Amino acid sequence: MKIPYYPGCTLKSTAKHFEDSAIESAKKIGIEFVELPRWNCCGVVAPLATDDIMRHVAPVRNMIRVLEMNRDGLVKDEKRLLTLCSMCYSTLKRSNLRVNELIDDLDVLNDFMYKEEMNYDGSVKIVHFLEVLKEMGFDKVKDKVVKSLENLNVAAYYGCKLLRPKEIGIDNSEVPIIFEDFISAISANPVDWHNKSKCCGSFLTVDNKEVVVDLGYDILTDAQKSGADIIVTSCPLCAYNLDNRQKNIKEKYPEFKEIPVVYFTQLMALAFGFPKEITGFDGNYINSVKLFKSKNIKV
Amino acid sequence: MIKKIKITSHNQTFYEKVKTISGEDIAVCDRCGVCTGSCPLTIEMEISPSNIMKMVQLGQEDVMDYNSMWVCSTCNYCTARCPRGLDVSKVTEALRQIRLRTSFDKIQIDKIPKEELKDLPQIALVGAFRRLTS
Repeated sequence: MKIPYYPGCTLKSTAKHFEDSAIESAKKIGIEFVELPRWNCCGVVAPLATDDIMRHVAPVRNMIRVLEMNRDGLVKDEKRLLTLCSMCYSTLKRSNLRVNELIDDLDVLNDFMYKEEMNYDGSVKIVHFLEVLKEMGFDKVKDKVVKSLENLNVAAYYGCKLLRPKEIGIDNSEVPIIFEDFISAISANPVDWHNKSKCCGSFLTVDNKEVVVDLGYDILTDAQKSGADIIVTSCPLCAYNLDNRQKNIKEKYPEFKEIPVVYFTQLMALAFGFPKEITGFDGNYINSVKLFKSKNIKV
Repeated sequence: MIKKIKITSHNQTFYEKVKTISGEDIAVCDRCGVCTGSCPLTIEMEISPSNIMKMVQLGQEDVMDYNSMWVCSTCNYCTARCPRGLDVSKVTEALRQIRLRTSFDKIQIDKIPKEELKDLPQIALVGAFRRLTS
């Protein structure tokens, strides 16, 4: 199955290991990501003001590319646009929702982008990789597992953007289960914990580091108290705040014990038996290799 | 402490402006406090989300003097849980926009320490500059 794929900015730089592990793991279960030609930044955060139409240009322009891919035969009757990054997922999906609900806005946007070869008609469907896996059936994922992760206790960190607002969530906003089902499918052990969808502080990490440090401390220590060995995420911003910021958390809370935070696709690639060039654990800030060793999992 | 509030046409103008930019029917907020109880950042805010709603209902422009609108990360807990179906994050966005549209920038790139700038991923920088600058 070929599916249009939107990487977004960070997956081409600091989260390259997220992209690599996802693309290779997907191939193993018969999904080929076809990267959008000429994609542009989605803007990261969803425009929220009613009169701010301008900032929907970037997300919607990417949706025109999906129509063009279908026109040019790069994919066949595939209007789904797959995302890995939670922020991209949210921003693209919210813009898509808006132009489907407010047809006048769509007219304004098409008029603004009159130099594009095609108009956008609202027909693209934004999906997250986890949704695609669920739709295919997590059994298909389970079938490809060659390395057991059964001793690994994994806390799924949903964060905000996969679940809220409800209209765009990939699962129930209060009691989500999709991520845990994925963890079970790759043979690891999902832990139940309280802070799975608590905000990590998001972009406040730029000008309000203190807030992010406190939120991160709460989230990470809750995962540890719930028995987690490792945390998985699908958001490069959450990954930065929960992984890289552990150095700042340690400064403020000296008793804090580090815990690895990795992308869910890295564990998927590990379970599928890919080598370290694909699993990319070197790309995470907190070392996870020691943990895998202690659990007799060869990396 | 009792604070006397005088409602004038100016309050009405401010209320209408926030209502228009946010698209939210702010008057239906009961101030039940579910948003405040759900918000992971309330603890960092000088006034709570439900108090933001109250001040906007009364058209009090000084709601923008508190740090709360800048601390909101738009995580949408309030949105998902409001029994009235309101989106408080759109109200804080409207307040930020009113301030930002006076050529105001909450953050300046040259004020961010160089080592932080080097370390921050672009997803953080683009997100912050989109939300917090004009």
